[in-house]
Amino acid sequence: MGECRIETHVQSRRRLYRAILASAIILVVIFCVGSLAMAGDPSGARTGNSSDVKIDSKAKPSDQGSALLDEVGHTRISLNFVWLFLGAILVFFMQAGFALLETGLCQKKNALHVMMTNFMIFGIAVIGFYILGFAIMFGGFGPLVNFGGKAILSKEVTVGGWGLIGGQGFALGGASYDVGIFIFFLFEVVFMDTAATIPTGAMAERWKFSAFCVYGLFMGAIAYPIFGNWVWGGGWLAQLGTKAGLGHGFVDFAGSTVVHAMGGLAGLMGILVLGPRFGKFKKNGTPRAIPGHNIPIAIVGTIILVFGWFGFNSASTLNAGDLRFAIVATNTLLASCFGAVAAMLFMWRKTGHPDPSMSANGCLAGLVAITAPCAFVSSWEAAIIGTIAGVLVCVAVFTLERRFKIDDPVGAVAVHGINGLWGGLAVGIFADGTYGAGWNGVPGTVRGALYGGWSQFAAQLIGVATVIVFACTAFYLFFRIQDRIQGIRVAPEAEVGGLDDAEMGVPAYTEEVSDLYIGVQ
Amino acid sequence: MKKVEAIIRPDRLDAVMDGLTGIGYPGVTITEVRGHGKQRGIKHQWRGNEYTVALIPKIKVEVVVLDEDVPRTIDVVVRASRTGNIGDGKIFVTEVEEAVRVRTGDNGFNAI
Repeated sequence: MGECRIETHVQSRRRLYRAILASAIILVVIFCVGSLAMAGDPSGARTGNSSDVKIDSKAKPSDQGSALLDEVGHTRISLNFVWLFLGAILVFFMQAGFALLETGLCQKKNALHVMMTNFMIFGIAVIGFYILGFAIMFGGFGPLVNFGGKAILSKEVTVGGWGLIGGQGFALGGASYDVGIFIFFLFEVVFMDTAATIPTGAMAERWKFSAFCVYGLFMGAIAYPIFGNWVWGGGWLAQLGTKAGLGHGFVDFAGSTVVHAMGGLAGLMGILVLGPRFGKFKKNGTPRAIPGHNIPIAIVGTIILVFGWFGFNSASTLNAGDLRFAIVATNTLLASCFGAVAAMLFMWRKTGHPDPSMSANGCLAGLVAITAPCAFVSSWEAAIIGTIAGVLVCVAVFTLERRFKIDDPVGAVAVHGINGLWGGLAVGIFADGTYGAGWNGVPGTVRGALYGGWSQFAAQLIGVATVIVFACTAFYLFFRIQDRIQGIRVAPEAEVGGLDDAEMGVPAYTEEVSDLYIGVQ
Repeated sequence: MKKVEAIIRPDRLDAVMDGLTGIGYPGVTITEVRGHGKQRGIKHQWRGNEYTVALIPKIKVEVVVLDEDVPRTIDVVVRASRTGNIGDGKIFVTEVEEAVRVRTGDNGFNAI
């Protein structure tokens, strides 16, 4: 019986091999015949030509000319749409990077809780930004020149001519039902989401989930959009150039301050109100190590963040025809490399090991720092900015923890907060005057102090000081009041037993045999 | 019947199993365990802070053998798991009162 079965098995194997061989031969024949025919355009040179332009050949020459211009304009704007869409989905994927990074650096018992905050911030904060935030941030943006030029977002609340908040585009309603507005919203909302997810790392492992949900709305609907309006929405920091003669006003290309310093400082305020995790500091104040439970996924998360950052910075040209994005992308890459290597060498020298999680922090610090200046500097300056960021992040982690007793499980304050501020200042130092003509309505290119642009440096100082004052005040008050009303920290027993069981009702991992025994029901 | 219980380094498991196979062991049970001897743990580093892992991962190998096979078994395990460094582990030998083969109900040394 057994032998018989083996026979059948061998026979069916043989039949299978014969079938595979036969189909391979058939495919080769099809390929040969197909390439002989040559009906297609393998080189691509003949794809896309005058026959693709919709012009009525019987029309008057002048009408044909204007139809041609319409086609060119439409193509140009279409490219911008595709460019922004590509950037938006790349930045969106950074959520996965943040989720993996933060979860890996936290303890196993809280893994699902950290994952959930990183996941649900997407839902909660986007709803806030959709209903209120977008209108506050970009309501007075003016004509969307790269997306059709319509001036739908044209209501800015001003005091003495200085813009404070926007007031148009609530819930993308009314005239905002427009393709240009929607693509712009899509791109901007994922930036907000990046800022909003930063405190989930800084405040991890003791933040009450219900408190986190309220925070998500506040960040997406109010806090992020207000400062964002001042820098990117045509508000008063952007007007420092035209109205006060300070360089091009405050310049932050892709959001070192608007996104990262905002998120990092919000996290810092959250930590101040929450206090450290149990057991983080000994009685004498020296910090204790609370090792993360999965460093490999934290590294994968970091790599995903680098990947997404190419969209974050490059697509911030908002214009596919602005080939400066090549410089932006390469500077982004270089700063992250130099940041990672600088942090690795720093830790190696200081502790004897090329510390993996700090090297990841160094890489991200380089990215955060280059985000504001990436479009205005050359490669060697990107390298310097990244190197300083890599060292700065290590020093900041140690100083915040040892000196100020700040318990930041993933280093978010050092990476995003401190290096966001550094990136904002770096524009005022290194901008080399090759780019940024007409930025914020000021003629000429953006120049930092190294190239004689001391007034630009002053504008950057004001912007950086403003984000510190605004983010710290807004979030300290918010968390303090919220703590008084609903409490923002979990109960001690929930923290000790793990937030997965206490808050999520299910552990992240159930691989243990004893976990699977559910008992008598 | 005696039970030979060896606490070994996880990375010596292959060598120990090879050694036991060489002398034809009756059956074996492996458990992942944690603990420490005089070594008192190993030092790790997390984001610049040193910490001690007091309970180090080890593997416990349990073999029940006839009394006369005990010296050979111990010899094979020691040779396979010794590196000469701190943390090589321990071997304990205990008396086994009874053994039963579940499938047949055989007992005593017939069961092992």
